Amino acid sequence: METVPRFFRAGPSPQVRLFFFALLSILLMVMDARFSSFAGMRQTVGMILYPLQRLAYIPATLFDQAEELINDFHLTKEIANLRQQYFLNQQKLFRLQILEEENAQLRKLLGAAQQAEIKAIMAEILYVPRDPFNRKVILNKGSSSEIKAGQVVVDDQGVIGQITQVHPFLSEVTLITDKGHSVPVQVARNGLRSIISGAGKNNELELRYLSVNADIEQGDLLVTSGIGGLYPPGLPVARVENIEHDPSRDFAVIMCTPIAGVNRNRQVLILSLSAPIPEHPEEESPEEAPKHTTQQGRRSRAP
Amino acid sequence: MPHDYFNQELPLEAKRSFIFLSLLLALLFNLLPLQGIMLLLRPDFVSITLLYWSIHYPQRIGMSLAFMAGLAMDVSNSSMLGQHALAYCVITFFGMILHRRLRLFNSFQQAPQIFWILLIAQFAIFLTGLLGGSYFPTWYYFFPSVTGALLWPVISFLLGIPQKPKSDPNEL
Repeated sequence: METVPRFFRAGPSPQVRLFFFALLSILLMVMDARFSSFAGMRQTVGMILYPLQRLAYIPATLFDQAEELINDFHLTKEIANLRQQYFLNQQKLFRLQILEEENAQLRKLLGAAQQAEIKAIMAEILYVPRDPFNRKVILNKGSSSEIKAGQVVVDDQGVIGQITQVHPFLSEVTLITDKGHSVPVQVARNGLRSIISGAGKNNELELRYLSVNADIEQGDLLVTSGIGGLYPPGLPVARVENIEHDPSRDFAVIMCTPIAGVNRNRQVLILSLSAPIPEHPEEESPEEAPKHTTQQGRRSRAP
Repeated sequence: MPHDYFNQELPLEAKRSFIFLSLLLALLFNLLPLQGIMLLLRPDFVSITLLYWSIHYPQRIGMSLAFMAGLAMDVSNSSMLGQHALAYCVITFFGMILHRRLRLFNSFQQAPQIFWILLIAQFAIFLTGLLGGSYFPTWYYFFPSVTGALLWPVISFLLGIPQKPKSDPNEL
């Protein structure tokens, strides 16, 4: 029995619809944020959106090509410069090879674990999501190029971030400036270990949990410590910018700036440690794994 | 205030294919790789397009379409799944319940009212982001609502072109 003529039927009222869809989206959010399910759904939607993303990128590529064309006039000069740099680097590489061999031998003598070899894949930043809540970029290489979540992304100067999600042709990098991202680091000058976390702002990192009397100075270089097994040791991460000793707080407020061009490069390298990382006893997402070292980081070594 | 409501022409029915196409185009505009000040000022084209369709053709556009568009935005934005979906559903909701009132005005008079709807939607994204554990953004996070309201007359004019009734000069 239809009481309303078909012509005027408008379906459920807007309130009912909003209620239904709001419930659905809240459910999705909770499932996504708390249990990080729906990775498959993300991937399929990402696949559908992929052509659109490429299309949106066309103006930028055209612009880049035009710029390249103009830059071509300086090409001979640049080639000469690069050649010079290549020769300089080559010399360093020879020395590095010898040192690597020597290091391996010494490690064998000491019975220490072999250092993992590092493979690098070149990738390009496709676009930056327009969400002010998280610091992420999308790269143009995905699981089709054997990219896995947890791999480290660097540029020519230092660490940029870490791969957090992999789609077939795209991958998402969480930058080190993201608020939920931390990297185990040590001070290059004295080996003091700590954890550096993003401040959620452009070009700002925070060194938390270092006691007020820790031996750290303005201008100190922070490199990855390799603890946690995700980051290869010795990659530059940040430089200490400002130290504030607030006597009312237990820890010093130490602000740092990233060394790598976290928000200016287009080409990046994705590093992968060839040695498999041993599994953690508990189930943890790769982002949380470095936090294990927090306890060690707090024990600041007296100089 | 004299209403130009009586002079308004009755628009033609919108083609469903055109609605889809416009949403796809809006999504494309949202995905443009912009930087710096442009990124800050860029309005959310998808929400404006959804608002237009839900005001002018509330029967043609369902909330499910808004939900799907929101999911697409969430994936491309790598935010929590459902964040934009909720905001877009809120937008279509306001479009649906206010469409009779809003259609009394022309698009320039609509702009300030559009601003509030866009702001509410942005606030929904902001709140869910806050609950999801993200940082507190600076005040210029709400810029896109302002630019969106400013662009509203232009966009609603462009989206309305195919529905313009073709007047016949030889008529009678």
